[in-house]
Amino acid sequence: MSLSPAEGVALAEIESGGGAEAPERGDVVGRSPGRLAWIRLRRDRTAMVSGGMLVFFMLLALAAPLVEMLYGIGPKEQFQSLLDGFGMPLGYAGGVSGEHWFGLEPGLGRDIFIRLIYGLRTSLFIAFAAAVITATIGVVLGTLAGYLGGWLDAVINWITDLTLAMPFLVIALALTPTLVLRFYGEREAVSPAFGVAVLIGVFAVFGWTSTARLVRGQVIALREREFVEAARASGAGLGHMLFRQLLPNIWAPILVSFSLAVPQFITSEAALSFIGVGLSDETPSFGRMIYRSLDYLQTDPAYVFFPGIAIFALVFAFNLFGDALRDALDPKSSR
Amino acid sequence: MARFLVKRLFSATLTLFAVSVLTFLMFFALPRDPVTGMCPKNCNPERLERVRDELGLNDPLVTQYAGYMKGIVTGRDLGSAQGGHCDAPCLGWSYVTNEAVSDTIARVLPVTLSIVIPAAVLWLLLGVGLGMVSALRRGTWLDRLAIGFSLTGASLQLYFVGAVLLLVFVYNLRLLPVPSYTSIFDNPLKWASGLVLAWISLAFLFSAIYARLSRAQMLETLSEDFVRTARAKGLAKPKVYGRHALRAAITPVVTIAGLDVGGALGGTVITETTFGIQGLGRTAVDAVRAGDLPTIMATVLIAAVFVVLANVLVDLLYAAIDPRVRLR
Repeated sequence: MSLSPAEGVALAEIESGGGAEAPERGDVVGRSPGRLAWIRLRRDRTAMVSGGMLVFFMLLALAAPLVEMLYGIGPKEQFQSLLDGFGMPLGYAGGVSGEHWFGLEPGLGRDIFIRLIYGLRTSLFIAFAAAVITATIGVVLGTLAGYLGGWLDAVINWITDLTLAMPFLVIALALTPTLVLRFYGEREAVSPAFGVAVLIGVFAVFGWTSTARLVRGQVIALREREFVEAARASGAGLGHMLFRQLLPNIWAPILVSFSLAVPQFITSEAALSFIGVGLSDETPSFGRMIYRSLDYLQTDPAYVFFPGIAIFALVFAFNLFGDALRDALDPKSSR
Repeated sequence: MARFLVKRLFSATLTLFAVSVLTFLMFFALPRDPVTGMCPKNCNPERLERVRDELGLNDPLVTQYAGYMKGIVTGRDLGSAQGGHCDAPCLGWSYVTNEAVSDTIARVLPVTLSIVIPAAVLWLLLGVGLGMVSALRRGTWLDRLAIGFSLTGASLQLYFVGAVLLLVFVYNLRLLPVPSYTSIFDNPLKWASGLVLAWISLAFLFSAIYARLSRAQMLETLSEDFVRTARAKGLAKPKVYGRHALRAAITPVVTIAGLDVGGALGGTVITETTFGIQGLGRTAVDAVRAGDLPTIMATVLIAAVFVVLANVLVDLLYAAIDPRVRLR
């Protein structure tokens, strides 16, 4: 969590005798909006709990190989001996035991717990990569459209409309095999990394519109302000205007939209894997697991719950944290 | 008004044109050979060559595109293997299903409509209603309940909710039949009982988002001066909230609803997959799996038409809801 103090922001609340942060007693301390937001965030219990959950999930994802070592079972190991003649796990609740905490997958007999841990890794990696890329594209296009206006604004707006009009799931679904065919032959094995890259690429193409719209609106509101005019009058170049004058003033909504975009990409990744885009069955993924579990809904109902609840907890924590972040950054917001 | 409509429809047509060109390029130009995907296992070179010829794949791209577009507007003659003449909204011939694509669409479109329209009515009523109530009763247990509901709903996944509902109501309690589609004109009761789980799961997840949004909007509106003025001049509460505040609060909800409903009409892929109902979305997925290019093209185009039309409709609704908006 790095809320760097924003440059060029005129507002700095002044508080006298400011507690622990004050270097000397009785001094007047100026706090940047970032600092103030951080203080508000720390006071918010929901934010701290959901933030803690997120840190836990991220550590778990990062330390997946370590968890595998401690747990002693890999994501690709199969335990056919623990399945009955129909491929159903023996024992209660899909074969839950001290050895296999969340039971086994029917059919292939892989361990569900370790596959969830690796699925978390896949999910978080794709979501963060996609969020960073789409935020960058959205910010660049949004500031350009908002600041320069004119025909560029019209063109970017129209491209946004066009992107929104394309049915995302169907296009993603249709594009993936096409791309795979382009890079691999009919019978060649597709590497899992390629599937991940395709997914991130699809998100990058379709996911930037909301950030672009948001940033454009904010920039238009700022464009006519005095400080922008002053900078322009003193001969500031385009790069300086965008990155030194405008961006520091709109980082708060961008950060909020970023934090709410991540769970959206987690959901979309699971949805795409659910309908069978991108990730092969080899790559552990929440969506893939839920899709497989639907076939066993009657025979092994426990199977659907582990990935279902895992993805719910992850998205829930992100949504809670995003909301809290919005409240912390916007003192006017009412909840 | 008329001028606005013409302008708006023109830009909508332009968008649709771009979508069609892009889709066309994506599916007909990108892959090394689109035909191999269309002709599964027992494919001999002669058949391949015939299909290629009939689809006009040996013609230049522009000719192919023009032919496709002409087919939609006026109909066109396809080869005898493709069912001969193809009437006005001609979307081509599918070698996978061996029927005209327009026939497939005519069969599956009512399914998606039957899923989306009742669900949308449900989720709008439930979502906006819940948002309003919790904004007006801010801070009470009702409000907290509504917030909890919307937070949970916004984080749940459709396929998970659907799976749990299936498990409980169909497999365990046996209260409902396995989801399937029956035409409403044949048997309205069977139509409803076969789709009710899809409506509930869609409505649950979407109404969560709408409750959140409309609550925030309503709270913002309630603190506006004009609401206080209306109360101060002696207007009754229901009138102020129902007529003045609701109108102002609902505009952003309308925008999002337009996009959502438009998008959903283009195929509720996840819902249809979860409940095993063959609608537009499922058809698109199957077409992609089978490499059935004409069907893919048609489903993408139809989905885009819905989104674009919904956008135009939203703009018109804006003017009806908010008298400050002038259509120019």
